[in-house]
Amino acid sequence: MPDVIHDEAPLVVTRRPAEPRLPTATGAGRGRRLMLAQLWVASFIAILLVAVSLLPQVFAPYDPAEISLSDTLQPPSAAHLLGTDQLGRDVLSRVIHGTRISLFVAFCAVLLAGVGGGLFGIAAGYLGGVVDSVVMRLADIQLALPAVILAMILVGAIGFSIFNLIVVLSLANWARFARVTRSEALTLRQRDFVLLARLAGASRLRIMLRHIVPNVINTFIVLATLDVGIIIILEATLSFLGLGVQPPTPSWGSLIADGRGYLETAWWICAFPGLVLMVAVLSANLLGDALRDRLSPTLPRAW
Amino acid sequence: MLNYLLRRLGQSAVTVLLVTLIIFVIIRLIGDPTHLMLPPEATEADRQLLRVQMGLDRPIVVQYGMYLLDLLRADLGVSYRFSRAALGVVIEALGPTLILTTSALLLAVVIGIPLGVLSAVRRDGPVDQFAKIFAVMGQAAPPFLFSLLYIKLFSIHLGWFPTGGYGRVSNLILPMLALGWYSAAGIMRLTRSSMIEVLDSEYIKLARIKGVPQRAIVYRHALRNALLPVITFTALQFGILMGGAVSVEFVFAWPGVGRLMLDSISNLDYTVVQAAVTIGALLFTTINLIVDVIYAMIDPRIRYA
Repeated sequence: MPDVIHDEAPLVVTRRPAEPRLPTATGAGRGRRLMLAQLWVASFIAILLVAVSLLPQVFAPYDPAEISLSDTLQPPSAAHLLGTDQLGRDVLSRVIHGTRISLFVAFCAVLLAGVGGGLFGIAAGYLGGVVDSVVMRLADIQLALPAVILAMILVGAIGFSIFNLIVVLSLANWARFARVTRSEALTLRQRDFVLLARLAGASRLRIMLRHIVPNVINTFIVLATLDVGIIIILEATLSFLGLGVQPPTPSWGSLIADGRGYLETAWWICAFPGLVLMVAVLSANLLGDALRDRLSPTLPRAW
Repeated sequence: MLNYLLRRLGQSAVTVLLVTLIIFVIIRLIGDPTHLMLPPEATEADRQLLRVQMGLDRPIVVQYGMYLLDLLRADLGVSYRFSRAALGVVIEALGPTLILTTSALLLAVVIGIPLGVLSAVRRDGPVDQFAKIFAVMGQAAPPFLFSLLYIKLFSIHLGWFPTGGYGRVSNLILPMLALGWYSAAGIMRLTRSSMIEVLDSEYIKLARIKGVPQRAIVYRHALRNALLPVITFTALQFGILMGGAVSVEFVFAWPGVGRLMLDSISNLDYTVVQAAVTIGALLFTTINLIVDVIYAMIDPRIRYA
């Protein structure tokens, strides 16, 4: 069980009796160590993936677009560590460049959805009234359709490009941020420090930016980290369906789509991008869970 | 209660209406269907004639008004690709999708809830460890990746199930497994944390002090309360499954709404896309509404919030 963080001295003696939980005392220690190990492994993987995607030319042995019709569909070997695809392109190099694209799209989309949705949510919660109604109805619209379907239609409407993809992914995924920050802003609005700031004559914008935002940031970090995994999956799904990153640009989803027809004879074309995708989502989820336990224990689990 | 019901009903109606409006605008942005419907050698005059016939030349507000009026008569237009009512095309595809998503959801509930309860009751035990790995794996990959893995393993290597198609139970197994794992993981995790919270509460302690047997505590007292958030979550999974079904249907050649939408988007058959989204939003919003109302009936605090 994580330590409860007391940010202020309790004014009322808590009713919960201080009973030592004897049977789980050692188990909790082990669980904690396990969680720390998880956190380290997840951070290590995340850093590794980011490093590889920042410097693809250092890690990729070949040009990802280089076609070599004399070595098509080669299984993994010393020359091509992860084999080659149907056009003789090196799978390892394509996975590395695909990681770069997929991570870039995911980070931008999470940031855009998170900051946009977060600010909308804070405005809705703090200002209330018409702003609240409008923002929440807009959120309802996003939530009334599955994200994949909404994104499919939007991409169809505005066309394919990396920039459009980022916009579409954020449009299909901002409501979660808005809902959570709204409810936090609603609670914070009642707090004494906000009241004091108001008495001191601070403007509403200033209160939101200087007093509400810093108090929502922990929840925001947790939500955003957990969202990385969701967005990666959404982007991969769109690209797999041919509605996301367009070939020949590699991304995890489009690489898997490339190998789909060769499942029987050349499993490595799908398997390796799939594996890296899984590892990436896994580490984002584990990081998010660990951060939630630390920063925002009240946020519901299972997302 | 009646107040709450009316308020939620109103909100849902507004949501569906706004969804139809937004989809209507988006679809009009996708492209001009007359290019698709007429042969390439058709002249601009021919296209214009067709646009007039279809009402595409009128202002978009008028088009939307006409669309809403038609909607009230359950007329969602004619599919350009199939030359018959778009509603019929969508409803035909809805059956397979509902079979797929419902069976995946059922699987997720049947696995997720017992696993969550067991791992909450025996925290850090072997079942809990297994459940943790089960959940982490299930949430780490998109359904289409599992689909491909299962095809490789169970169809190509072992030959137990077909690689795709529709009509027999053996066709359903792999798509159901691929789609269900993600939701099973979420349901399991929520059941577990909700059970743990309830088992640590004062009234369970009181029941223990009174000497209520463990079995009755877990199943009669704790589970009932712990399942409340799980019910909402499970209902919301339905939408997530509908989304996941798109790629699963694509991989397994399952004749559902997801695949229909995918084909219709690439063929600019926008009446079908519009009909599918409208039906989907209606279905999904209705489910949310029902869940909220049931929740409010069980838990009075919601009604007055």
